[in-house]
Parts: sequence; C-alpha cells; structure tokens
Amino acid sequence: MRTCGATPGGPSLDGIDVTTQTIIQGVVLKAGDDGVPNGTPAGNAHVRLLDRNGEFTAELPTNLQGQFRFFAAPGVWTLVVQAPGARVEQQVIAAQGVPAELIISL
Amino acid sequence: MSRDTSLVSGDWVAENINNPKVVIVEVDEDTTLYEQGHIENAITFHWRDDLQDGLIRDLISKEKFEALLSKSGISNDSTVILYGGNNNWFATYAFWYFKVYGHQDVRLLDGGRKRWELDARPFVADVLTRTATRYVAKERDNSIRAYRDEVIAAIGTLNIVDVRSPAEFSGELAAPAHLPQEQGQIKGHIPTAKNIPWSKAANEDGTFKSDTDLKEIYVGAGVDLAKDTIAYCRIGERSAFSWFVLHELLGVANVKNYDGSWTEYGSLVGVPVAVGA
Repeated sequence: MRTCGATPGGPSLDGIDVTTQTIIQGVVLKAGDDGVPNGTPAGNAHVRLLDRNGEFTAELPTNLQGQFRFFAAPGVWTLVVQAPGARVEQQVIAAQGVPAELIISL
Repeated sequence: MSRDTSLVSGDWVAENINNPKVVIVEVDEDTTLYEQGHIENAITFHWRDDLQDGLIRDLISKEKFEALLSKSGISNDSTVILYGGNNNWFATYAFWYFKVYGHQDVRLLDGGRKRWELDARPFVADVLTRTATRYVAKERDNSIRAYRDEVIAAIGTLNIVDVRSPAEFSGELAAPAHLPQEQGQIKGHIPTAKNIPWSKAANEDGTFKSDTDLKEIYVGAGVDLAKDTIAYCRIGERSAFSWFVLHELLGVANVKNYDGSWTEYGSLVGVPVAVGA
C-alpha cells in the first residue's frame, strides 16, 4: 500500500493497492496563448484508452485538476486525448505494481 | 424505430431548449458531471439512486418509475431527450428503460456530453425545477429485456453479442479500464457470443456511424439479423447502447438487452464460460 499523498501528475494513489493493479494515470495540461503548456489543467478533456490492436478499452473525462486514471493490464496501450480543437495520441507501456505517470500537453 | 425518431443532433437540442414539450435529461456514470455543468434546462437522473431498485437487483417498479417521472415534471406526451457522458452509455440505458415502461417519445442526443463539449456548446450550473405531473407508465415490455435463463438457452442457437472490449471478452480484464480490476465475477464470456464492442458503432466523438456502416458491423461479424439477438456487457449499460443501435437505429425488432449481463452470468454456478479471443 502506498501511503505518501503527493503524486506527480496523476491523482493520489492513497488507498489503492498498487501492487495488484496496472495503473496508467496522469494529468492533461492546456497550452497557453503562445502554444506552450502553461500548467493550467484541462478539466473535462476526454481521455480514451486503446489496446494494442487499437480497440477501445475505456474512456473518461479528466477531473477539474486535469487528472485521469485507468486500471489496465500489463502491455502496450495508446491514449487519445480530445478537447475542443485538440487531439493528442500517446503510447504508454503499463506494468503491474509500477504506476505509469504521464503529463500530456494539448 | 429509426434514426429520425430516436436520435437528435446538437443543433436540434439547441433550438428546442425552451420548448415546453421537451424535457432534457442527463444520465451519467460519473454523477458529479451534471453539477459541474449541464445543458440549459436539463434535469438529471442518478443511474443508481433513481434507476436501481435499491433492495433487490432490478429495475425500479412501475409505481416508482411513475413517481420519478411525475416529480421530474415529465408527462406522457413529453418529448424526452436523453444525453450523458462516457459516450452516452448510461443515457442509452435510460433510453432502454423509458422504452421498457412504454414512453412514447424518447430520443437520444447524438454524441452526448462529449460531442456537445467538443463543439464548444455551453453548459450551465443552474438547476431547473419543473412543475410536477401525474405520469402513468405502461407495464414492463419484456420483449426488449432478456433474463438469464433465456440467455443460457440461447447459447449456440441465437445471436449473443458481447459488446465489451476485447480485453474483457478474452478474460484479460474484469471490467472497463477506468474501474479497479477487482470484481466478484470470474473472467471470460458466454460461449458462442460474438465480441462486437459497442465502440465499433460510434465515431471517436461519440456520435453514431451511418446506418450502412452499422449494419455491416453486425452482419459482417456473423450476426444473422433474421434470428433473435441478445446483447450483454458487464452491467447492462454498454449493451443498451448496442441495443439502441440495432433496435432503434437499424429497426431490428427482435433484439433484447440482457441487463443482468456479466455481473450476473459470471456469478452463476455451473454455467458454461469461454475465455480467449
């Protein structure tokens, strides 16, 4: 059981037994007027998880802090993040017991 | 039962937000979404608190459904527009529910919350209180609802469509990946079921594909539309989505949603189970 509260990027893992789960999580940040991400969280972006064959596996909106979390299985996955006027794809390798932490810029 | 009578666009909803005959209802899996913002004049139903019996596992009774719609200001002649997050999973479940209790005019917002947001249409925080009505429901229509015994009897004879993700169908995952993988059921699928994920029927923005494409998805995967079809998933929401595609958009009459789904089937003692792709 992980007990420290601070987690880079994704939501807190307090209360989750990470040893039994294969976690993919992170935060989606907006770009500023200059096109550079300025750290503002993108709440209500849509994060879609595709399996190794590109098949839909799950989707959720980010929370107000721009965060998301999936409980997947070990292997290669693709995230597709959508928001008005933006779409980003990112591949991620997930492993049981070691949460994959992502920072995604729109 | 056609796209024209079952589905509306964002433009249609925007033009009818203040139409007194129209009642817009949001139904989400994540029930905090409505509080964060919703379509103007929309009310919300909570998928568990409002739509589950609470004691036994079942739909709410006809009397409770009547009470829910009455206090929500929905009349028998209201045009009910349903929408929600997560690609309308729970909104299509509510659509199926309205049909089970015989509501005449219920339609779905194509693409739900997601498409509405991607189109940068507005949400509001104000909560509308509607004047109560006296709603009268019909008896449950079990021609669109499958129970476990008919699912078991359908193995190897009728179309059984498992609309979960390939990872859940094969037994790699026990639930959609936004949920913890700690479920009480065993993993796998109903033997002879064809895995046609609900997502095959939707575009990336959550809207439905064309009727021609939709028909090809099911027929191409080996579904004989002349036979009865039973759709299932984990708890009956995603299968309501696929039921909506087959029954409402494509007008296939003999389609049932097995809302007991894998949480029931995967807990039954002694029934056959298959794993793998």
